[in-house]
Amino acid sequence: MSFLLACPNCGERSVYEFRSGGEFRQRPPASVSSHEWARYLYLRKNEAGETTEWWYHQLGCRSWFLAVRDTRTNLVKETYEHD
Amino acid sequence: MLQLFRTQRMWHQHDLKDHYDVVIIGAGVHGLAAAYYLGKQGIKNVAVLDRGYLGGGNSGRNTAILRANYRTAEAIPFYDESLRLYQELSQEVDFNVLFSQIGHLTLAHTDTGVDGLRVRAEANALLGVNSRLVFPEEIKSLVPAMDVSKAAHAPIQAALYHPPGGIIRHDAVVWGYARGADRMGIEIHPHTEVHAIDTDNGQISAVHTNRGRIATNTVVNATSGWCSTIARMVDVDLPIVSHPLQACVTEPLKPFLDKVIVSATLHVYVNQTDRGEVVIGAEIDPYASYNSASTLPTLEMMAAHALELFPILEEARVLRQWSGICDMTPDFSPIISTVPEVRGFILNVGWGTYGFKAGPAGGKTVAELIVTNKTPTLIEPFALSRFYEDRLVGEKAAAAVSH
Ligand SMILES: Cc1cc2nc3c(=O)[nH]c(=O)nc-3n(C[C@H](O)[C@H](O)[C@H](O)COP(=O)(O)OP(=O)(O)OC[C@H]3O[C@@H](n4cnc5c(N)ncnc54)[C@H](O)[C@@H]3O)c2cc1C
Ligand SMILES: [Zn+2]
Repeated sequence: MSFLLACPNCGERSVYEFRSGGEFRQRPPASVSSHEWARYLYLRKNEAGETTEWWYHQLGCRSWFLAVRDTRTNLVKETYEHD
Repeated sequence: MLQLFRTQRMWHQHDLKDHYDVVIIGAGVHGLAAAYYLGKQGIKNVAVLDRGYLGGGNSGRNTAILRANYRTAEAIPFYDESLRLYQELSQEVDFNVLFSQIGHLTLAHTDTGVDGLRVRAEANALLGVNSRLVFPEEIKSLVPAMDVSKAAHAPIQAALYHPPGGIIRHDAVVWGYARGADRMGIEIHPHTEVHAIDTDNGQISAVHTNRGRIATNTVVNATSGWCSTIARMVDVDLPIVSHPLQACVTEPLKPFLDKVIVSATLHVYVNQTDRGEVVIGAEIDPYASYNSASTLPTLEMMAAHALELFPILEEARVLRQWSGICDMTPDFSPIISTVPEVRGFILNVGWGTYGFKAGPAGGKTVAELIVTNKTPTLIEPFALSRFYEDRLVGEKAAAAVSH
């Protein structure tokens, strides 16, 4: 099912206007071990359910924002700018 | 006749026992092949669990293209071994899996595309895989219906021709392995969903299902798009993101195409089945999802690009469109591996959009890993540890659209 995303600037648009930036993750401090860095770089929760993720409005205002989406239904619960 | 169908079951129903030596989660090609080869090595107290029906996952949804013309020295021998096992599979399981080695062509429409194919042709030749570069004149003779003219929107410059590649009957492969495993006494349990996995001091101890608890010390995770949800049950995160992959098929047409055609530039691949239907596939949907509904934009994209290659499809009608959920890794290579933190937990995942062709080799090496407690050489490159050791096996160029 393709779906709609509400860009915080432009409003609801087809998902095909956007580029997915993958799930939101907390970047660790530079001091962590290379093992921790590898975990940050490669491992994903890959949640079957609600997940917070980055999106980029490529064919619109070209800004990045966050969305909360259920990956089982593709229903987008909310979108907001990251501060 | 009726009696025949009643007595000659492909596999049998069983009550769930409270203990198995090995529990395999996922009755797709990988789970069933692992069960089959375990049985051949004498390990028969094995259960294969699936929450749905046999082969209802990606093993029943793929476009069944087999080939070995990969790019890296790590991957080529593995896929070549799998192709060899597929060539013998009808004999092995005494069931016709309808493998047609009609040949496979990967098209290049740009200079960099041609360079990429040259690298693959050389790597293939060095490792004994039959593939070579061919140019428009020869391509035309191999695939007369395809537009190889300079007037095309993206003219074809060359192709990697891989004669042993082809198409198989995916359901037959699943059924053949299932029947073979069943005949050795291995139990196959459809409609049995895994909800939780217990560990005891870092060692797998039990599996909880909708039909009860099973004690076991060995679990194989062969659940493709859902593998992260199973790994989460033992607190393991995987380098995997699940993406839908779609395909469609037209009504049957007179035979006009007897090669598999793939174009990464056009994000499309096409082949004609023995029944005459034209199967058209694409790239993954560009976002993570566990939702397997098909979409109109992808159908439009598949149709438009297939038409660029085969203008004669102009009037063909699409019969069906479907999708499967694919477990994508960052390097487009699988993870066949033990997990250091959880003893007895074996991964056979990360098969993404390209794992059907790998079923026999994946299942066989996983069985060997369980029996010998040692990682077979063929799958050493695919250990989970590669992500911590900077040893990724980059196959994107050879697997992103080619699957
Ligand atoms: C449209 C499409 C085209 C493709 N084309 C090709 C191709 O041309 N060539 C190629 O080589 N590959 C192709 N692939 C990829 C290939 O289909 C897969 O890599 C392969 O089938 C994976 O097999 P598997 O046995 O690992 O998983 P699957 O066959 O997906 O089996 C996994 C099983 O796990 C079960 N499961 C999940 N969660 C649970 C649970 N909690 N409890 C119990 N059971 C569970 C599911 O029900 C499922 O049956 C394609 C895939 C798709 C979707
Ligand atoms: Zn916008």
